[in-house]
Amino acid sequence: MKKRNFKVVNKPLRKIDAMTLALGKPSYVGDLKPRDALIIKMLTSPHAHARITSIDISEAEQMPGVHAVLYYGNVPRIVHTTAGQGYPEPSPYDTFMFDSKMRFVGDRVAAVAAETEKIAEAALKAIKVEYEVLPAVLHIEDAMKEGAPVIHDEPEARAVIPVPYDKDRNMAAKVDMDIGEFEKGMAEADATVDHRFYNHYGQHCPVEPHVSMAWVDREDRIIITTSTQVPFHCRRIVAQTLGIPVRRVRVIKPRIGGGFGAKQEIVLEDVVAMMALRTRKPVYWEYTRKEEFISARTRHPMLMRIRIGAKRDGTITALGLDCLSNTGWNGSQGLTVVCNCGSKVLPLYRCEHIHFNGTVVYTNLPAGGAYRGYGATQAAFALECAMDEVAEKIGMDPLEFRAMNHIKSGDTSPIFRALGEGREGVDQAITSCELARCIKAGAREIGWRKRKPHSDKKGRFRRGLGMACLMQGSAIPEIDMGAATLKMNEDGSFNLLLGATDLGTGSDTVLAQIAAETLGTDLEQIIVYSSDTDMTPFDVGAYASSTTYLSGQAVQNVAEKVRKQILKVGAEMLDRKPSEVTVQDSKVVEKNGEGQVSFSEIALYSMYNTNQFQIGDISSKIVHHSPPPFAAHFAEVEVDTLTGRVQLIKYVAAADCGTPIHPKLAEGQVEGAVMNGITYAMTEQYLFNDKGRMTNPGFGEYKLFTLRDLPEMKTILVPSYEKTGPYGAKSIAEIGINGPMPAIGNAIYNACGVRLRSGPFTAEKVWQGLNGNLPEVKSE
Amino acid sequence: MKSITFTLNGRERSFDIEPDERFLDLLRRSGLTGTKCGCDNGMCGSCTVIVDGRAVNSCILFAFQVAGRIVETIEGIGDFDRPHPLQTAMADAGAVQCGYCTPGMVMAAKALLDQKPDAGEEDFRRHLDGNLCRCTGYVKIRDALLSCSAGARAES
Repeated sequence: MKKRNFKVVNKPLRKIDAMTLALGKPSYVGDLKPRDALIIKMLTSPHAHARITSIDISEAEQMPGVHAVLYYGNVPRIVHTTAGQGYPEPSPYDTFMFDSKMRFVGDRVAAVAAETEKIAEAALKAIKVEYEVLPAVLHIEDAMKEGAPVIHDEPEARAVIPVPYDKDRNMAAKVDMDIGEFEKGMAEADATVDHRFYNHYGQHCPVEPHVSMAWVDREDRIIITTSTQVPFHCRRIVAQTLGIPVRRVRVIKPRIGGGFGAKQEIVLEDVVAMMALRTRKPVYWEYTRKEEFISARTRHPMLMRIRIGAKRDGTITALGLDCLSNTGWNGSQGLTVVCNCGSKVLPLYRCEHIHFNGTVVYTNLPAGGAYRGYGATQAAFALECAMDEVAEKIGMDPLEFRAMNHIKSGDTSPIFRALGEGREGVDQAITSCELARCIKAGAREIGWRKRKPHSDKKGRFRRGLGMACLMQGSAIPEIDMGAATLKMNEDGSFNLLLGATDLGTGSDTVLAQIAAETLGTDLEQIIVYSSDTDMTPFDVGAYASSTTYLSGQAVQNVAEKVRKQILKVGAEMLDRKPSEVTVQDSKVVEKNGEGQVSFSEIALYSMYNTNQFQIGDISSKIVHHSPPPFAAHFAEVEVDTLTGRVQLIKYVAAADCGTPIHPKLAEGQVEGAVMNGITYAMTEQYLFNDKGRMTNPGFGEYKLFTLRDLPEMKTILVPSYEKTGPYGAKSIAEIGINGPMPAIGNAIYNACGVRLRSGPFTAEKVWQGLNGNLPEVKSE
Repeated sequence: MKSITFTLNGRERSFDIEPDERFLDLLRRSGLTGTKCGCDNGMCGSCTVIVDGRAVNSCILFAFQVAGRIVETIEGIGDFDRPHPLQTAMADAGAVQCGYCTPGMVMAAKALLDQKPDAGEEDFRRHLDGNLCRCTGYVKIRDALLSCSAGARAES
């Protein structure tokens, strides 16, 4: 790799909002709540599947302090998707602001806006509802059985892009891909594996739950301030759901208290907008933690069948993955998540014969949505565990087996073309891949050489090592668009206006670094404002690992245009041609000579002196590649064979994200994603009763790791240079979450010979495995 | 409605409160929004404040319970011109991602360091067991906190 001399990029500078947030300055939606805001509370369905036969809101409406009650009888009935995706959305239109049909325990019945929370809660109790309870679909495998209850029997539900959709059979989406002849590949193999895996329910758990507020301004426009990853999609979908023009809606994203995909979704905003219109007062709605678990979004649980065939020499002859995905009560992101099970995972290993199927079904359970990893998390668990299993069968070290087969720089995969997001994908060759070095560095750090088979291990406490290889993408090629506006101020500072949405990732800082590097100035000179649909240009938002790679290119483009303007003015002031000057340290300097003018002098000149104009520009960008970041993860566990308890001793994540624009933030993305993946693997789970009600919707019963549980963790950034990215960068935010399930699962097997094919990896399951009575893989 | 008096960030203050009002809600409606709400039942630590030297979850504390006590919140320990060393350390270590848990983490850590200036990693691990972060994986938070311990400063 060529050594490059960056001045701002690739430096661990202080994140631009870090001190503001550490000081506790008012920054988040809840901190900005007007004192007179009405409080919204939602009455939700106690039944998994039911029809409202009668509802009486009159008593609630008349209570003092209650300003409005909304229910299906007094709001527009406009079918839409809650998925914050590009238009037309790949998710089916199957949701209404309110409906008379209840599709899960937690579904919206009626909303109250009142002067205090107490009044709102009292009003909810005063709403009288009678239900006809319907049989419910509570297991993923029951959804498409003959005679299963139909969850979306309303006439309006439909797919809006040409993809398979069969609501009469509870099928929300389906995708198939076959390359080569899969069965032939299996027949050619010396060894095969064929196993079922299950990825359980999990929630993002942003420490700030969903929260939104809205009011109607003096021009009769609805101003929504909301914790969202997708302000522009939010504006479009809210306008659609209320049946009003987009121009009447403004969406402002302040600081966001974490999202991880949960906030790539319109969960509250339609109701706050409707309430603001109805009451003409500021209204405020925040989810309780319980509502966040039940009524926000989750990771799509999936039952998977993985099949791999390999020859004794290590050649993979066939690779097959069938995913049955539970999208819950609505189809949000169902199709695209399952597409990514194939497109973001299967290209990792070279193979001629590939089979992939994704089938997405409705159930009467909480809805899936976007969640960091987005399908790759689910598929990586099945694939990477099965890779270990087949390696064992052919007698190869699982590391050697992966190193021999993984995709390399210059390679392509037919999957890139065959499988996009709800449509065909885009051909690409891999232009940067340092996975081989990731594997080497990670193996050294974990001490892979000392690894022994589980059969050699004795005693009560047994240690084991496991690994996994991973890839993701960087933005959705030829679909996602990002844009940036840049303008210069008198003191040589710049306003960078971004549609891109910093939800805590530090993207404001990363994008400001790219602007500063291109302009030849310091990070402090860049004043970032993101994202406000009235003020900033469009961006699809924070998802699909797109911000650094895609929005970063938009920023680099606009900064290049502005630099040209600065050079022109500077040259004019120095009486030189633009080609005779260059930018350096916030100045325009003569290439051969002493003359120089500062950015501040240039800005003042351009504003007040001669040929005045605003130095500034706007740029937008789509991309034609989605270069994958790569990673190799390693885990060391200790299993107590008496109790089945698993302790994670050490975790190593080695990742290739191209040039890390901000190395500390890039490490932070890896560490946060890995820790999220670790707790998903070790402790997180949804417990349901036999009526479909989640019984553990709180942090007391849904365990997240704290500082006390932190294992030894090592992050290794292995740089590459992605020539299509801004200053060589690719993505890093999602990939890390995909590793812990397979790496820890493989380590448990290596420790004690128990192969767990569903999470979380509880002591109970390991103990059952040790005693030979591990139950068959099934859903919650 | 009843009135209570307590010391808030070094100044004696009086507030009218509801008998069942939570201390977190009193702080936030009084403009001190640095203290966050993440779970409503004392499980996430975002609402951590210091009362009489101890880190407590203000979401499970009634406002009347702080009458006569000494309370510190995130707003009281530092500002742009003079941040608390913990705030500087968190910002510099890359320990602030979304930042929503940060004030709670800082207050919990401050309560420990006030009692035990040379706190070590085990002390922090035990003392911050009630503070959730979903962004950072705790690695950089741990590094930031440890850098503020007198023990760490003596070593470096």
